[in-house]
Amino acid sequence: MSAAIAAAGETPVVDRPTEAPVAVPGTTAPHNDRPDPFGQSVTRLEDLPLVRGQGRFAADLSFPHQLHMRMVRSPVAHARLLGVDASEALAMRGVVAVWTAQDVVGIPCIPLREGPSVELDPYLQPILARDRVRYVGDPVAAVFATDPFIAEDAAERVSLDLESLPVLTDATAALGEFAPGLPTQPTTIRKGYGDIEAAFAKAACTVELELATGRHSGVPLETRGAIGRYDAARDVLELHGAAKVPHRNRDALARMLGRSPHAIHLFELHVGGGFGVRGEIYPEDVLVLLAAMRLERPVKWIEDRYEALMTTNQSREQVHRVRAAVAADGFVLAMDDEFFHDQGAYVRTHGDRVADMTAGILPGGYVLPAYRVTGHYRLTNKTPAATYRAPGRFESSFVRERLFDAIAQRMGIDPIELRRRNLIRPEQMPFPRGIETIEDNIVFDSGDYPLLLQKTLDALDWPRLQADLQARRAQGEAVGVGLACFVEKSGLGPADGVRITVDFTGAVEVVTGGASVGQGFETVVAQICASTLGVDYRRVRVVHGRTDRIQYGVGAHAGRATVMTGSATHNAALRVRAKALDMAASMLGCAIEGLDIVDGRVIRRGDSGPGLALGDVASALAPTARARGEREPGLTAEGWYETPSMTYPYGVHVAVVRVDRDTGAARVERFFVGYDVGRAVNPMLVEGQIVGGVAQGIGGALLEEFAYDENGEPLAVTLADYLLPTLDDIPPVEVMITEDAPSPLNPLGIKGAGEAGINGVGAAIAAAIDDAIGQPGAVTRLPVTPVRLKALLRQRAG
Amino acid sequence: MRSVAFQYHAPRSLDEALAILAEVAPEDGRIIAGGQSLVPTMAFRFVRPGHLVDINRIAGLDRLSEQPVVASVPAPDAAPGTELVIGALVRHAAFHRPVVAGPLGRLLTEVAGHIAHYPIRMRGTFCGSLAHADPASEWCLVASTLDARLVLRSVRGERIVRADDFFTGVMSTAIEPDEMLVEARITLPSAGARMGFDEFSRRRGDFALAMALVSFDLVDGRIHSPRVGVSGVEDRPCRIAQAEALLEGCVPAIDVFQAAARAAAAAVDPLEQPQLPAIYRRELVESSVRRALERAWV
Amino acid sequence: MKHPITLTINGHRHEVEVEPRRTLADVIREECRLTGTHVGCEHGVCGACTVIVDGDPVRACLVFAVQAEGAQIRTVEGLAQGSQLHPLQQAFMDHHALQCGFCTPGFLMLSTALLERPDPPSDAELQEALSSNLCRCTGYKNIVLAVRAASKAMHATSGAA
Repeated sequence: MSAAIAAAGETPVVDRPTEAPVAVPGTTAPHNDRPDPFGQSVTRLEDLPLVRGQGRFAADLSFPHQLHMRMVRSPVAHARLLGVDASEALAMRGVVAVWTAQDVVGIPCIPLREGPSVELDPYLQPILARDRVRYVGDPVAAVFATDPFIAEDAAERVSLDLESLPVLTDATAALGEFAPGLPTQPTTIRKGYGDIEAAFAKAACTVELELATGRHSGVPLETRGAIGRYDAARDVLELHGAAKVPHRNRDALARMLGRSPHAIHLFELHVGGGFGVRGEIYPEDVLVLLAAMRLERPVKWIEDRYEALMTTNQSREQVHRVRAAVAADGFVLAMDDEFFHDQGAYVRTHGDRVADMTAGILPGGYVLPAYRVTGHYRLTNKTPAATYRAPGRFESSFVRERLFDAIAQRMGIDPIELRRRNLIRPEQMPFPRGIETIEDNIVFDSGDYPLLLQKTLDALDWPRLQADLQARRAQGEAVGVGLACFVEKSGLGPADGVRITVDFTGAVEVVTGGASVGQGFETVVAQICASTLGVDYRRVRVVHGRTDRIQYGVGAHAGRATVMTGSATHNAALRVRAKALDMAASMLGCAIEGLDIVDGRVIRRGDSGPGLALGDVASALAPTARARGEREPGLTAEGWYETPSMTYPYGVHVAVVRVDRDTGAARVERFFVGYDVGRAVNPMLVEGQIVGGVAQGIGGALLEEFAYDENGEPLAVTLADYLLPTLDDIPPVEVMITEDAPSPLNPLGIKGAGEAGINGVGAAIAAAIDDAIGQPGAVTRLPVTPVRLKALLRQRAG
Repeated sequence: MRSVAFQYHAPRSLDEALAILAEVAPEDGRIIAGGQSLVPTMAFRFVRPGHLVDINRIAGLDRLSEQPVVASVPAPDAAPGTELVIGALVRHAAFHRPVVAGPLGRLLTEVAGHIAHYPIRMRGTFCGSLAHADPASEWCLVASTLDARLVLRSVRGERIVRADDFFTGVMSTAIEPDEMLVEARITLPSAGARMGFDEFSRRRGDFALAMALVSFDLVDGRIHSPRVGVSGVEDRPCRIAQAEALLEGCVPAIDVFQAAARAAAAAVDPLEQPQLPAIYRRELVESSVRRALERAWV
Repeated sequence: MKHPITLTINGHRHEVEVEPRRTLADVIREECRLTGTHVGCEHGVCGACTVIVDGDPVRACLVFAVQAEGAQIRTVEGLAQGSQLHPLQQAFMDHHALQCGFCTPGFLMLSTALLERPDPPSDAELQEALSSNLCRCTGYKNIVLAVRAASKAMHATSGAA
């Protein structure tokens, strides 16, 4: 078998195309008893404190004399805010202050991360609602008290004077009014290439669909948390509980509060899951900082689950009207899509990037000579939306793959064969997509899409799987299989840097501007550093999420961490290595070329002697050390990595689903992911990312939905109503990692893996359900709840 | 998500508990046993009791035993036989293994497996579920279908209420504010009784969207005195007389079960709930009743 | 009104005064400063706050601290003996059964209670019981592998003893 699959109980194996060692130019050769950590499934550096209960998540951090903040939130979806009466709350023992919009007049709305936008800026969210509330949960006032229970008691007694306004809950409905003169469509996204009209004119057949993805989101198990502290002695303002993009947020917060970025620092603690939603700037982050300064006490805010489900970024809600022009042989000549993106009540930090990414990645890995897309970016009176793991991809893969299934059905071509005929071929790489998204001109850097599809089919023994399912269907079972192909994106640039320092004990510190959201970032960076430098990865300490330790950082989002920070780490480690060898050559009196670094010691090649400990080399390079001579002090170096464009991994998802015709329940029996990651730094962690992503995808496909009633009242505000998948809902996901197409864009050949698991899940499950119930094209909307599935079955029966 | 303040009482005897309850009842004083339903509703501040009377330290309330059926006011015609007595502190987990020989013990074990999740079952109680009266509660369906007698006690005395009269609506019962549900009594069915249960929920352990419990005897190969109970659909558990009438005297068979299931689906009047159209709830009732009957028969 | 109570956690006595409305999770974390017990939902769904009370796994957000007076409580901090990890802790590391680690203490305590039962759970029972708790990162596959591996390790040890 050419492809290795990690099934239950096995350590993941990577399908590496050659027998050649995976060494990277300039790195140490694998040592006999200590293999190169690059590419190894080593255990994680992060785990020990976490399994011992010694982690420090936001709620675990307390400062002496701290106050607790509690938000007063809008109970209605849209209303004029005529007044706030806090007198009763203020009279309560333990209540220190209650703020409304009038107390934060000088603070601007939370800005777009990528800079101002004339179109979008009028729709940004203030930190406390001013004259209107626009969704249930919109923060209206903040209560500060000496105890969280008192704060919650007091918040209940703040009364709001509200006058109802019309509620808009449907992004496809007629436009409403955000504010006088501001319609609820701030912008329209348009992209495309090729001659659409000509393609449709000559098409043998056209296929048209309306498809929708439901509103769901990351829902990390740890809720948000923010602790503000002002250290007057040093004039430094601190935000603890930061995540995802601490450096970018530091800059934005500095601007909002009128401080120098040197005088405000963000500290990431342990982060209980990010998935895109955690670590954006929300009103509460700004409020704790402002309050810490004004009230001169640390201020702690921990979101409760009820708040989390109605205020933290939601995602995914889109309606697409898509059509395809197809030639007689099944080649798709053009795709034309119009979609409506439900942004919720305000524009948040990402602006229109999810809609933009949807438009940019919708064509996927198919040739498609012509493409046109129009995205209506619309506000409604629901919780604001933003990115959730694989933003724009989960949605667009559902749309594209549903369309391809429908084309296959219409043309009478096997869906696999149809995809083969349309996939970009390896000799077409690098493949310019012909459009831009999020400031990146899309060029697929490398890939062999048909090969991965074939490997996936082989690994599953596709003909046999089909025969098995057919036999079961003949016995009356409603069981089927579905497949989806997709191209991911990762490594959004443009630049990231790290600083590596070796101390006199030989311990290595990598200071990064990256961030950890629990994905194994420390381990991966340590592995890359250790591999390049020649040390044990366990001797590498990775510092992240601290703006006081390094000036710049990209954080952890958009599949960036491994590609960007990893490549920068490699570059910095090369420089440290060069410095160490240079110094050691002088100390040992030999040529640099004859030296190597193995397991933290500089040794002569082919010599079994003890060599020099790296710590001693570091000592010799101390500023005060004579041995240093004219060399730059310190065994330390910065390294940068800059990339002109993103790198594009790709994958295939296959789902086997069984449907209960009586109840409408769909159960995923089996899920398989084939994914080319370029090169896997740690296959175990890649597999972990993928399996976890699949679970979330199954949630979005079958269970999770932020539903609202016609008054904009959210219907899923507890975890009994917002259904996260449990162990019982997830099969043991099978993963095949391949390394057929390393990225030519970075020195390690790596591509991102964080979003690989979730991308095509909705698409594959939809196809499997169609197959199971024998109704091609039935599923047009996610999630496929039992109520909806039963309605489909009823339609057929009726 | 923090409860409002309340006063806490931890009596050591039932009499003491009832005396405290009588005193604090006007200030929304409540009994807490397992607390697995009460505490979350307090966290959301849906309920704001002024006092909690914790009965966990009272010895003897975990009584789980059999006794001769006690004839009582609501059931003066109680057939001679044996009844299972389930005390106020009997946890769901007590039913993980059959608590009595025969079909009832097996049924209760089957049903217990559907109640929430393992740690919840360690603490939540049978009687607490009845007192909470969630329409999606499995034990409420058991009590209703099997015609349990519920023993209510207060400083004023004791009364016994039949399940039919006990459940009065969504989370609403015949318990007076100063009364405590001290035990539930269920008559043991005949050793040959057939019993079956089916439930549908979105995820394992979730509240049921529909469930059904059936029981019948077989006399000369024909169904005798069938009971068909449905819950999770209306505001309280209910017996479906139309389905029972269809089953009575029939030889068990798929088409008979299907007819009874259809009758049940037609008879229920599903609660209006967002995202849960009545037509769907009826379909679930049909499949649950049919499956419960099939399980009882197999 | 505060009640003076004594909680015994991992064998240590904690004498604290608490309002009745503080949950066991609140008091373990805030009064006893054992923050390894996490609070994920505050309404008994996620299981992150699972601790062992008198041998049974219990959701600490669904019990008021005053109710736990006199009980033997175990939390994640009590699993390891010094630097010697509990077999479950080791197995979770070896099998990559955690990513962000927020749900991990709850899974560890739930699993500990299950594996210490006099009648060790079957695979099916384990599957059912582990469905009690939510994890948002791992997709559960490796959690199941880790608990099974630890079960083997624990029963091999106890068999040898």
